[in-house]
Amino acid sequence: MIDGSPAKPLRRRIGIDVGGTNTDAVLLDGERVVAAVKTPTTADVTSGITRALAELLAAAPAAARVGAAMIGTTHFTNAVAQRRGLTRIAAVRIGLPASASLPPFVDWPDDLAELVRGDVLMLEGGHEYDGRPIVPFDAAGMRAAARRFREAGVTSVAVASVFSPLDPSCEEQAAAILAEECPDTAVTLSHRLGRIGLLERENVTLLNACLLDLARKTARAFTDALRASGIVAPLYLTQNDGTVMLAEVAEQYPVYSFASGPTNSMRGAAFLSRLADALVVDVGGTTTDVGALRHGFPREANNVVEVGGVRTLFRMPDLLSLALGGGSLVTLDPLSIGPVSVGYRLTTESRVFGGSTLTATDVGVAAGLLDLGDRQRVADLPAPLVGRAIQRIGAMVEEAVDRVKTEAGDVPLIVVGGGAFLVPARLAGVSSVIGVEHQAVANAVGAAIAQVSGEVDQIFQALPREEAIARASRVAEDRAVTAGAARGTLRTVEVEDLPLAYLPGNSLRVRVRVVGEIADRGPTEGLDDRDGRA
Amino acid sequence: MRPVSLAEIESLAIGAWILGTGGGGSPYLALLNMRRLYRDGVLVRLMDPMDLADDDLVAIVSNMGAPLVGQERLTDPRTIERAVRMMEEYLGRRFAAVMSLEIGGGNSIQPFMAAAMLGLPVVDGDCMGRAFPEAQMTSFAIHDLPMYPLTLADVRDNAVIVARAESWKWMERLSRTACVAVGSIAGTCKAPRTGKEVKECGILYTTTQAMRLGQAVQAARRAHRDPVQAVIDAERGLRLFTGKVQDVARRATEGFLRGTATLEGLDADRGHAFRVAFQNEFAVGWLDGEVRVTTPDLICVLDTVSGDAVGTETLRYGQRVTVVALPAAPILLTPKGLEHVGPRAFGYDLDFRSVFA
Repeated sequence: MIDGSPAKPLRRRIGIDVGGTNTDAVLLDGERVVAAVKTPTTADVTSGITRALAELLAAAPAAARVGAAMIGTTHFTNAVAQRRGLTRIAAVRIGLPASASLPPFVDWPDDLAELVRGDVLMLEGGHEYDGRPIVPFDAAGMRAAARRFREAGVTSVAVASVFSPLDPSCEEQAAAILAEECPDTAVTLSHRLGRIGLLERENVTLLNACLLDLARKTARAFTDALRASGIVAPLYLTQNDGTVMLAEVAEQYPVYSFASGPTNSMRGAAFLSRLADALVVDVGGTTTDVGALRHGFPREANNVVEVGGVRTLFRMPDLLSLALGGGSLVTLDPLSIGPVSVGYRLTTESRVFGGSTLTATDVGVAAGLLDLGDRQRVADLPAPLVGRAIQRIGAMVEEAVDRVKTEAGDVPLIVVGGGAFLVPARLAGVSSVIGVEHQAVANAVGAAIAQVSGEVDQIFQALPREEAIARASRVAEDRAVTAGAARGTLRTVEVEDLPLAYLPGNSLRVRVRVVGEIADRGPTEGLDDRDGRA
Repeated sequence: MRPVSLAEIESLAIGAWILGTGGGGSPYLALLNMRRLYRDGVLVRLMDPMDLADDDLVAIVSNMGAPLVGQERLTDPRTIERAVRMMEEYLGRRFAAVMSLEIGGGNSIQPFMAAAMLGLPVVDGDCMGRAFPEAQMTSFAIHDLPMYPLTLADVRDNAVIVARAESWKWMERLSRTACVAVGSIAGTCKAPRTGKEVKECGILYTTTQAMRLGQAVQAARRAHRDPVQAVIDAERGLRLFTGKVQDVARRATEGFLRGTATLEGLDADRGHAFRVAFQNEFAVGWLDGEVRVTTPDLICVLDTVSGDAVGTETLRYGQRVTVVALPAAPILLTPKGLEHVGPRAFGYDLDFRSVFA
């Protein structure tokens, strides 16, 4: 299945997006959205998925015979933000005598650190920027610690070594020792997740380690929900770069699902509009996310992103979020909009739905931008004040869109999400504002069309720029194929090179990302037919 | 002499990053070290340079190396401590205080890390008044003080003494070679200075200047006032341009990060363009093709909303920035000073004309 496997595109796929308010599901056949449903998210998440699948199957029985099902979820981001469902972990830092004064968890919020910080161990080892060892790796120290972990019943360990993105061997040796001494302990290695920047990469690793238990339970619950619905197909979880991993792989990397919701929206917007390079604005009930599509994928943030108060630096979409949505509270005189929103209570608390709270949705109805609820309940609002509010909202969106733009000249803007009516038809710097069919379930569509990626971020020395990029591309391609992509379908979506100050020998840091279609994983459909499922 | 609070060091980090004029490295990791040291009960004292006796000996400290390496091999107070202790051993004399080489960027906090370990006070001042990329770009060099000896230490048990150097160029070459050998990151103690030399040739009171600058930004943010204006007011600076980054071209040459960034005007500057060139730090700025500002005037690129400094390594497309000029220390503006740090020292065939003239 690895090399040269034909890129037989999966035709039928189910995409599911589990949001804070709604669980959306779609059935895709080729490029066509066959059916789409929207159901409320439930506290246990799983029963919401089961219900969405039941409705989808009712709308389109063909949903039972799909090549794959993709689920996008904000579950793990929420767990960190709300400090629940997290596991106490052990942290291993390899790099002494370097970096000793700033141990793991050093810049974490106290409440979160106290919840998850267990044994913190610092060992000799690690590498220089040019690949030399700092000092030899303290394998004996690792082994002694691994035995302690086993006795103490540690279930999850995070391992980070100095300059491991350049040379992962210390982390790999540590993993081998842990596998021998405490085979039941889950191990997260930093070089698999993060980039150069020890503290931020280690923070991602620690977050991943403390989410593993929850991730495993969640992925299994998703699998059960799928099976209980009578759907026999591989289950993928969506990642924050617009790609997917098989659930059994993804459950080892819960941090990659951070911010996958807005990513799915943007990917869905690209798919539904057939535009690969555009800006996307996703107006939800509480927030509006603005991002930029490049080659059909969200542009990545290349800077520190905080998750639950923890500084991280890894693959994340570059988003601008503002507290504006269909549920945003509005006062007309003096004019104020947000940042508070009624959220999922929109259908009970907003004026047009019989409530007493004035929201952006009410103002939109009063202005005739959409037809929702009881229009008479907002007939008393003075037209000039309504006009001013709509204008202000438009200006907020316009400013956000302009901030995300990275090039001069006008670019198209795709609008998705339930609050899309708030986006003005004309904006400065935008060539056209594009609405799409199925915009309310763009995130589930984005989940359904996800591909597989491979990424590399490495320093090259004494190589011409082109050669360095070519080598990096080969590594990224190999990683994508290992992750399940069909080699023939791979294409490069991101190349970035940065010369490094003060380092000798023409040092160049190269980042390359490639994506490809999911390699057909076998006769799922045939199997279904033999089983007689429908 | 007075104790310095952790809050003042937090403010120093913000102010020093602005005075870094795009270079000098982020003070974040050094600040994390100070938070830990203060939590462990350390209290560093700040010394008025005028309280130095003429024959006191002052350690001039800085962390040397590649900013990227510093993101993996995190700065550790023991490294800078080692460099200072080795200099004491070599000289056979004790230091009375430590002082920063450059107040711009992470090196503003290195003397506090050293002081915390050594129990010495920090002198309020430095010898650049900002950040510069090269060793001879200091007020001590402008005054022709000797550039040796220099000590350099790493986190292992490696240490180097550069006992003599024929010129600043040789000192840079020798110390840089040692620095690369130990992994492109090292603590250094530069040529020691007497109290008299510091008082006569140092750039004084820049530590408290950076603290006040940081406090001004923090106060503006708390009050929801414009932090960029707070920087301008605190330093009697000049707003040169407000715009958004449209293009960044970087290249590494001779161990430096060089390049240019082009800004497209916004608000009052709509329709105009500003180009700024850098060699680690911002060096020259052009408004619509005409030279508008050059080193040694401080060219600071600030985030228009937060007032945070934007480094030459972190500049990127789409950022909303305001270019601000701040006045340089008078010593840098003398004919001798301009030989060391004027536009020609950075390879630009331009005469220096201060925007404050």
